[in-house]
Amino acid sequence: MSAMTPSPADLHDRRERWLLLALLAPALAIVLLLLIVPLGWLGWQSLRDDSGFTLIHYERFLSDPVYWKTFLQTFRIALTVTLVAVLLGYPVAYVAAGLPGRWGMLVLAMVLLPFWTSVLVRAYAWLILLQRTGLVNSALKSAGLIDAPLPLVNNEFGTVMATIHILLPFMVLPLYATMQKIPKELTMAGSSLGGTPLHVFIRVFLPLSLPGLIAGMVLVFVLTLGFYITPELLGGGRTYMVSMLVSRNIEVYNEWGAASSISVVLMVCVFLVFRLASLLIPFERIMGTR
Amino acid sequence: MNRTLLALPVLALAAGAAQAEQITFVSQGGAYQEAQTKAILEPAAELLGITINQDSAPDAWPVIRTQTATGKPIWDVIDTPTKDCIRGGEQGMIEALDFSKIPNAADLPDAYKSPYSVAYEFYSSVLAYNSDTYGENGPQSWADFWDVEKFPGTRALRNHPLATLEAALLADGVPADQLYPLDVDRAFAKLEEIKPHITVWWTSGAQSAQLLADGEVDMEMAWNGRVSAVIAEGLPVDFTYNQGMLQYTSLCILKGAPNLDTAVKFINAAISADIQANFPAYIDYGPGNPKAYDTGKITPERAAEMPSSPANAALQVLVSDTWWSSAEGEEAQKRWANFIQQ
Repeated sequence: MSAMTPSPADLHDRRERWLLLALLAPALAIVLLLLIVPLGWLGWQSLRDDSGFTLIHYERFLSDPVYWKTFLQTFRIALTVTLVAVLLGYPVAYVAAGLPGRWGMLVLAMVLLPFWTSVLVRAYAWLILLQRTGLVNSALKSAGLIDAPLPLVNNEFGTVMATIHILLPFMVLPLYATMQKIPKELTMAGSSLGGTPLHVFIRVFLPLSLPGLIAGMVLVFVLTLGFYITPELLGGGRTYMVSMLVSRNIEVYNEWGAASSISVVLMVCVFLVFRLASLLIPFERIMGTR
Repeated sequence: MNRTLLALPVLALAAGAAQAEQITFVSQGGAYQEAQTKAILEPAAELLGITINQDSAPDAWPVIRTQTATGKPIWDVIDTPTKDCIRGGEQGMIEALDFSKIPNAADLPDAYKSPYSVAYEFYSSVLAYNSDTYGENGPQSWADFWDVEKFPGTRALRNHPLATLEAALLADGVPADQLYPLDVDRAFAKLEEIKPHITVWWTSGAQSAQLLADGEVDMEMAWNGRVSAVIAEGLPVDFTYNQGMLQYTSLCILKGAPNLDTAVKFINAAISADIQANFPAYIDYGPGNPKAYDTGKITPERAAEMPSSPANAALQVLVSDTWWSSAEGEEAQKRWANFIQQ
């Protein structure tokens, strides 16, 4: 670039760069208009009240116990959902990846089927299953296992149950994708060198499936952080998640600044989770591009 | 649907066919607004020879604020919780009413009016219960609701302080006529007592109905219209108006309404005893004008089901919208979130 007259190669490069930029422009414009601008507005709102600049909306995180309690409960639910989803999802993905093609697809299809049902419908289905006069309690009662109905819904338990059900595919799919690519020869080699099945699993298979596991965990954890309908319908009014705090600030108190500050803090939390995970595996693998 | 309703009179005007006066009336939509169309709006339009355009907003308050802020209001008359009329009036977004032009307002007791609003339609937060669980001897007061020894069972309350704080104070022995201004500390202390026994803090009317219908709770506070709907399905549910929390929506006029004079005329007609008496034929909410019960249009049997009939009103507490729109009321609402999460 320092030459007085650019070489033909330079010119070609420059033209190509402009072309690439032109191709990207529509997508960039959409991201700018629909994501960056609203996010900027959100940040701006969170730092203002009627009299101008203020930090009052962030001070509430320290002064108002409702704020940190809500975040605490949200993270506790997200952690529980993630761990249970691992316990349920890992074996399913393992079986699906181990089965011959068509059967593996069938297992996956069964995991995905509920995925195409509305979240609302599934929340109500859980209500019918878990409520006091619901199927589960009736069955347990008629089997003589319980005297009084168990409190299975309208609390944190019911919320966690339904959330796991909704998010399980996000755990199984990345796991399956990773496991399928693990060459069978590696585990066979491990066995032939004298490893017991458990030993081979822990030393060979598990480490190789870790990228899928971490990807699944991050996805499930982050998606749970933003859950709204499920805790609203199944939480009995006591299960309070961050998204509900946002909506309450707008609907009940008309406090856009407070709602914005909560959204900003939640977003920072999500970035931190991604950052932590990317220390373990590259970000592109979490998003499944590699 | 609202668009077509709006469009028709506009077309008629454009054709020069209609020179009639008109207003835009706003309510909360759904079955409730449809019932009003037949019970109130059509008879009033016919009586006055005006055209009534309709719009709906489940929560009118934010729209009231934006319409007055732009200085070009579209709405004239709004049917909304009285609180919105009062705080709107105090903040210069709602017209003060000239009662000399609303002679029918004389039928209403003072408690049903504010400088900005007149009562339009009554509903009640009542104590409803499962009649399979309690048989003939269901809970009849908020003291019973709080008595978990005498009335074991699961309970639900609305996830909102309005009417709930009043119930707590009644349960704690505060006389009904000395409730206001609410002793907020005492109410929350009493609520702490019942909190461990509340299975669900419901957020929507539909949810409260479902809790009763499915037998998820044995008793709860719920809106009378929702409870009646469950009973009409033949489910084992009953309720009492005793110590019910009588609430009403009001009519008020948006500041700078384009058709102010017609709007005032409409309000006078809409609250007349004769037109108000049409309400019970279409919906389980009661007329705002008590004289409606003297018109002969409402049978004694139907009157007994209405929250605002004189006999039922006497059993209940009239919720004070003035108190709830005051600074103390706003503060109590903020305190609620803390209470629920502790």
